Amino acid sequence: MTSYRLNQGGLIDRAQPLSFSFDGKPMTGFAGDSLASALLANGQRLMGRSFKYHRPRGVLTAGAAEPNALMTIGKGGRTETNTRATMQELYAGLTARSQNRWPSLDHDIGALNGLLSPFLSAGFYYKTFMWPATFWEKLYEPFIRKAAGLGEAAKESDPDRFEKCWAHCDLLVIGAGATGLAAALTAGRAGARVILLDEQATIGGGLLSETATISGVPAPRFAETLLAELEALPNVRVLPRTTAFGWYDGNVFGAVERVQKHLAEPLANRPVERLWRIIAGQALLATGAEERPLVFGGNDIPGVMMASAARSYVNRYAVAPARQMAVFTTNDSGYALVRDLEAAGVSLSAIIDSRAEGAAPGLYKGSARIIPGAVVRDAHGGKSLSAITIASQGRTEKLGVDGLAVSGGFSPIVHLACHRGGKLSWSDENGAFLAEDRKGLALAGAAAGLSGLATCLEAGARTALALLDQLGIAATFAPFPDVEGDIVAPATKPLWSIPGIKGKAFIDFQNDVHRADLGLAVREGYAHVELAKRYTTNGMATDQGKLSNVNAIGLLAEARGVSPDEVGTTTFRPFYTPVSFGALAGSSHGKHFQPVRQSPLHDWAKKNGARFVETGLWYRSAWFPRAGESTWRESVDREVRTVREKAGLCDVSMLGKIEITGKDAATFLDRVYCNGFANLPVGKARYGLMLREDGFIYDDGTTSRLAEDRFFMTTTTAYAAGVLNHLEFCAQALWPELDVRLASVTDQWAQMAIAGPLARAILQDIVDADISNEAFPFLGARTVSLFNGALAGRLFRISFSGELAYELAVPAGYGESVADALMEIGKPHGMCAYGVEALSVLRIEKGHVTHNEINGTVVPADLGFGRMVSTKKADFIGKHMLSREGLVAANRHQLVGVVPLDPATSFRTGAHILAKGATATLESSLGHVSSSCHSPHVGSTIGLALVRAGASRHGEEVMVWNGLRGEYTPGRLCDPVFVDPAHEKLKV
Amino acid sequence: MASLIACPHCGRRPKEEFTIKGAALVRPEPEADADTWFDHVYLRDNPRGRYAEFWHHTSGCRRWLVVTRDTATHELEETRDAALWRRETAR
Ligand SMILES: [Zn+2]
Repeated sequence: MTSYRLNQGGLIDRAQPLSFSFDGKPMTGFAGDSLASALLANGQRLMGRSFKYHRPRGVLTAGAAEPNALMTIGKGGRTETNTRATMQELYAGLTARSQNRWPSLDHDIGALNGLLSPFLSAGFYYKTFMWPATFWEKLYEPFIRKAAGLGEAAKESDPDRFEKCWAHCDLLVIGAGATGLAAALTAGRAGARVILLDEQATIGGGLLSETATISGVPAPRFAETLLAELEALPNVRVLPRTTAFGWYDGNVFGAVERVQKHLAEPLANRPVERLWRIIAGQALLATGAEERPLVFGGNDIPGVMMASAARSYVNRYAVAPARQMAVFTTNDSGYALVRDLEAAGVSLSAIIDSRAEGAAPGLYKGSARIIPGAVVRDAHGGKSLSAITIASQGRTEKLGVDGLAVSGGFSPIVHLACHRGGKLSWSDENGAFLAEDRKGLALAGAAAGLSGLATCLEAGARTALALLDQLGIAATFAPFPDVEGDIVAPATKPLWSIPGIKGKAFIDFQNDVHRADLGLAVREGYAHVELAKRYTTNGMATDQGKLSNVNAIGLLAEARGVSPDEVGTTTFRPFYTPVSFGALAGSSHGKHFQPVRQSPLHDWAKKNGARFVETGLWYRSAWFPRAGESTWRESVDREVRTVREKAGLCDVSMLGKIEITGKDAATFLDRVYCNGFANLPVGKARYGLMLREDGFIYDDGTTSRLAEDRFFMTTTTAYAAGVLNHLEFCAQALWPELDVRLASVTDQWAQMAIAGPLARAILQDIVDADISNEAFPFLGARTVSLFNGALAGRLFRISFSGELAYELAVPAGYGESVADALMEIGKPHGMCAYGVEALSVLRIEKGHVTHNEINGTVVPADLGFGRMVSTKKADFIGKHMLSREGLVAANRHQLVGVVPLDPATSFRTGAHILAKGATATLESSLGHVSSSCHSPHVGSTIGLALVRAGASRHGEEVMVWNGLRGEYTPGRLCDPVFVDPAHEKLKV
Repeated sequence: MASLIACPHCGRRPKEEFTIKGAALVRPEPEADADTWFDHVYLRDNPRGRYAEFWHHTSGCRRWLVVTRDTATHELEETRDAALWRRETAR
């Protein structure tokens, strides 16, 4: 394979050769090459297979819009699929693989799809995959997934780091071509804070591919000079390799910087990509324009490319796009390429100019053959272009060429200007859709429909001045030196359809939509631009129709006989180009995404052999297995029995804890709980029910009064954050006149439950004051001195287990030592550590509810708390909706207990309760089992259930039905309190 | 992706720091009739245009705010501390 590299010129560093591979084939390029230019230099034209028809495809562009040359780069966890070869900088050791081909790029079986093309026409998804529905999972979906034609993601995790950051500036300039550089410099010289970003590795945009000179300096060198001045300004930040992908509310721009994607081995201490959120006073869109392809037969054959791309390959990368070229143009820009090809010594067969009058007089002084008033009707060839058919005034001529550059005019790159609702309008004068300036954002240069270097330099500077003026920053205009050798291409009438086409004429290259598809969509009634898009999938690939949308609109307009303005555009949304999930996630992965929340007693639990369970972010001790116990049930049963017979210690630190202070704290609690709190004496705890404004229960917990103006509230673990938000809302937005302050103290206290008949004896050992039943009765709550005055803690005589029990809170840092001391003291008493599993059994045996029962559909009366609800208070959250008809109905679901008739049988949480003899249907379900466990006390499975009119059905025989598993367990409804129904144990 | 809310206490902060509760409504008087309460709890306007909502600066100063914005343009008109708002809208 002979090289297509030109002997001289270009911005590549010939002293730095880089070896890389494509589909395993070793190749060489130079520093400064893109992967695409290096492949072309190596004569590798065939770069991929198309999506639907598996047609051979080569590179079409030299930039971000590339629809064909999509490759998989890298290995292992660094595999990056669908990488545009035009945007990938070459590095030593780069491995690239083609996609969407099997078994190889040269011999691809899927190309047979081309023969099936009548069945793969527009709307084929809708027509083919209609029915039967059962075909979806086994046949259609796998087919679509396989045919989707994109690269295969790596299974390994990405070893690299990503990060996010914010930046602020007066002026953000997006695009560092002539316009953007002029704007940034004007603002930078005036002292404004400027950020200039560009998607390319090298700053300069179109200047890098330009052969014109500015004051005698070649355009790329001129860009270098401007960059040097910008970089010397401390108030200017230049970000190469950075794509602005979206414009958001508050003039915030999203951008992704590819920090190390051009390195084989990224440095571990730096991110590979950085996601920027840039807050701009004003923004300037200097994104340039996209050249439009022309829609002729075989316009996708490798060897056909955009004229501006051909110019980049020749001038910037020193690569000849072909041996024998032709240029097909509708405007003067094609002649700039012709001139550069001639200068580089690339052989040129003809210029096919669609205009009868040809180029502006005197514009082209070369000797190439010009065919005016002509079109390329068809291109020929398989994996490489071999000839073109030219049609002119009724005659056709076949010309043997291996390269064809096309220019159908230019579409300003206006995507970002539309992200916040901006609309485009068609300009006949510009032959393009233009965007309007919006508050906070202006367009300039080619992005505003202008052409020519001198024009763009001036426009950039003048627009910057206007934007700075809006910010109150004074700046002055400095003219730029004279430009020589620039070919300005005024807009011409677009050429939408070419008559007499024989081959497939592609509009959307990436999604394989061709002209006949669009015609079919119009005939079948999908001529509206939004419908045509979805029916044909035009513009729906990852390139988002950068090359195809305007051509599709033009063809639709022509078919309907209206202006493109009347057809309108589809909506541009972020992201402008694909952004990796890694960049969007930033550092939020693994433990950074979901940190572990450890209780202050975590280490105590660990050394006591706890098995942990994740509850939200918390790691809670679930049970504490001992030698000889082979199942979790054995451990849990033992822990439950030990608590009922002797004593146990359980970590309850993860309960939400809120300190409520202020002279109106009691009034406040009276309004947020449905039961009374104003009359709670100092030194007492009370169980409280918090309702939502609609009357349903929100959360429960105990609140203790430590002083007249100080309360200590506990919430459930799950609702700790929600309850604080709610209380803050009540204090700030509902009753700001109350003197009340709220502070979360969940993390400040280690809290442990000491439960069981021997709890007092054990605890008395460390508590200095008398805690006898007389001195410290049930529901006592007070600050206590511990270890002979060494430590102060808070002691609450409350019980979730139904046993004589206390909860002791000590400052978090002392938690482990205090728990250790209690375990030591408890040892001769037979005390054990118990976890949340045993805690759950103990509470179910006692009929205590959790969020299994407080599930958003229950009111206090449903749980037997009807009499707790205050009738004296004029107001509390939820009071006013509680008396609604549906909330007091007799057949509401109410809390009951349920046991199996045969203790040897069992049932599960979630099972339905059916009336005895009822058919097993959801319609006949009376309710469901909300909590269940094995009860060592009862000697069988027990459950709590929410059952229609349950409170009046104690003793009724029912069927417990698990429809998912087909389990039927005869059972009996009963009182939900299985242990000590008179609550005598609490008060001893 | 982004966008900023001007907290009267903390300045312009990313919206990810905030949580939204919904329409900024004055809670009815305790003695209000059932229909008034029903409206307050369940019925909401869904305007195209100006809309005042309760926002909580959850990951910031933890103050509740009343944020007035345009649902069509996303333009922020005003952000105020909810306690101030409540005092000024008090009967
Ligand atoms: Zn704030």
